[in-house]
Amino acid sequence: MHDFKYARPASLAAAATLVKKGGADPVFLAGGQTLIPALKMRLRKPSTVIDLAAIKGLDGIAEKKGKGKDKGLTVVVGALTTHAAVAGSKLVKARIPALAALAEGIGDPQVRHRGTLGGSIANADPAADYPAAVIALHAEVVTNKRSISGDAFFKGFFETALKPGEIVTAVNFRVPDKAAYMKFAQPASRFALVGVLVAKFGAEVRVAVTGAGASVFRVPDMEKALAKSFSAAALDGIKVSPKDLNSDIHAAADYRAHLIGVLAKRAVEACG
Amino acid sequence: MPRVALTVNGKAVTAEVEGRTLLVQLLRENLGLTGTHVGCDTSQCGACTVHVNGRSVKSCTMLAVQAASSAVTTIEGLANGTELHPMQEAFREHHGLQCGFCTPGMVMSAIDLARHNPEADETQVREWLEGNLCRCTGYHNIVKAILAGIKAMLGNAPRGKSAKSRGTSS
Ligand SMILES: Cc1cc2nc3c(=O)[nH]c(=O)nc-3n(C[C@H](O)[C@H](O)[C@H](O)COP(=O)(O)OP(=O)(O)OC[C@H]3O[C@@H](n4cnc5c(N)ncnc54)[C@H](O)[C@@H]3O)c2cc1C
Ligand code: FES
Ligand code: FES
Repeated sequence: MHDFKYARPASLAAAATLVKKGGADPVFLAGGQTLIPALKMRLRKPSTVIDLAAIKGLDGIAEKKGKGKDKGLTVVVGALTTHAAVAGSKLVKARIPALAALAEGIGDPQVRHRGTLGGSIANADPAADYPAAVIALHAEVVTNKRSISGDAFFKGFFETALKPGEIVTAVNFRVPDKAAYMKFAQPASRFALVGVLVAKFGAEVRVAVTGAGASVFRVPDMEKALAKSFSAAALDGIKVSPKDLNSDIHAAADYRAHLIGVLAKRAVEACG
Repeated sequence: MPRVALTVNGKAVTAEVEGRTLLVQLLRENLGLTGTHVGCDTSQCGACTVHVNGRSVKSCTMLAVQAASSAVTTIEGLANGTELHPMQEAFREHHGLQCGFCTPGMVMSAIDLARHNPEADETQVREWLEGNLCRCTGYHNIVKAILAGIKAMLGNAPRGKSAKSRGTSS
């Protein structure tokens, strides 16, 4: 690992100043469960590492009533909230049990004790679990500059709508009527070979798929079928094309395409 | 060079480190606490597991500077003189090791489980060990040892208080 300057600002404003002064390549550090391995492999060689840990108000979980015509409840999860905290949260378990279960299925206990929601979505690994929740649960990503619709957040392979120096502060997940996440874990890494999150909001159904493509995506055919009839049988005969899906040593694209169908059905069944 | 102040096994420690110094390097190289092992250095194996503020983490995947002001417990901080911690004793009793390389991480991970889910059954113990790899035992005796160790930690409840403060200082 190359050495770097380490900074631990106490506020978002101080972090922004450090970004301005930090030269070409400062990076943020949250749980370090992705960044530290990347530094070790010299995939990243920043001059300055800005640790977000001392900034107050970036962790914790709360619920919020929507305003105006959007009266729905949202669960607000601070960017620095660890996977273990989301998995263990009474509020998340009560409002969006699928989100707690998703967090509980990330990596292993030690990774969950350090890794954070903000780090996971900022990193946008194509096989990460949280992106499926951001898309299927109508999330809104809040940063130190603006609020970004979840639908516009993931731009592609390890790519997001975040501008250089922009800090995710929280994610607002809309509380669905029902939701379930089903993951087929890659047995060595525990990342999703394929993960499918199905969520129902009144007449609307969302189906988000992670692990299978360059980035998380929705399956409109499944969503339409489930909106008509919310049952596993409604998905019979709906095929996802393997074109553009990932093929690697772990699984071929047609296998991933097949898994999407299987996992989507299981998720619908798990919704009850 | 950054200066980091933290508590390790109940003692206040300060050290000069580089930004890139890993917590496991601080423990092993600066403090001589070589019970914490490095098996993979790629965040997979869990041999480097220690407690930071009472929760198990991979010390190869945390910077020393990130542990500033924290309470760290390593395998060396568990025994009370010559009296082993109940979880260590259970690993010995149930032959939960062969070469012993993974053992410090296994024990630290197991104690975290015992504290946070003392009801854990065999399946939950096996799930919990997702991040701790052993290339010798086939895990069977490790699981047996952990189930027994959890019982022993609970059984020692009155003394368990002191076992607890020995085990993790938070
Ligand atoms: C063994 C292992 C198994 C894993 N298994 C899984 C798994 O099954 N599923 C899964 O989804 N993930 C898995 N992960 C990844 C894990 O979830 C990471 O915790 C997560 O991807 C990154 O979060 P972090 O807090 O550790 O971020 P860091 O590593 O600190 O940062 C990651 C990136 O995000 C940026 N960043 C961090 N926080 C912010 C912020 N608030 N605003 C803007 N940018 C930010 C950083 O600059 C960096 O580029 C695994 C990791 C390991 C080591
Ligand atoms: S040495 Fe830390 S996980 Fe293997
Ligand atoms: S006892 Fe040898 S690695 Fe576990």
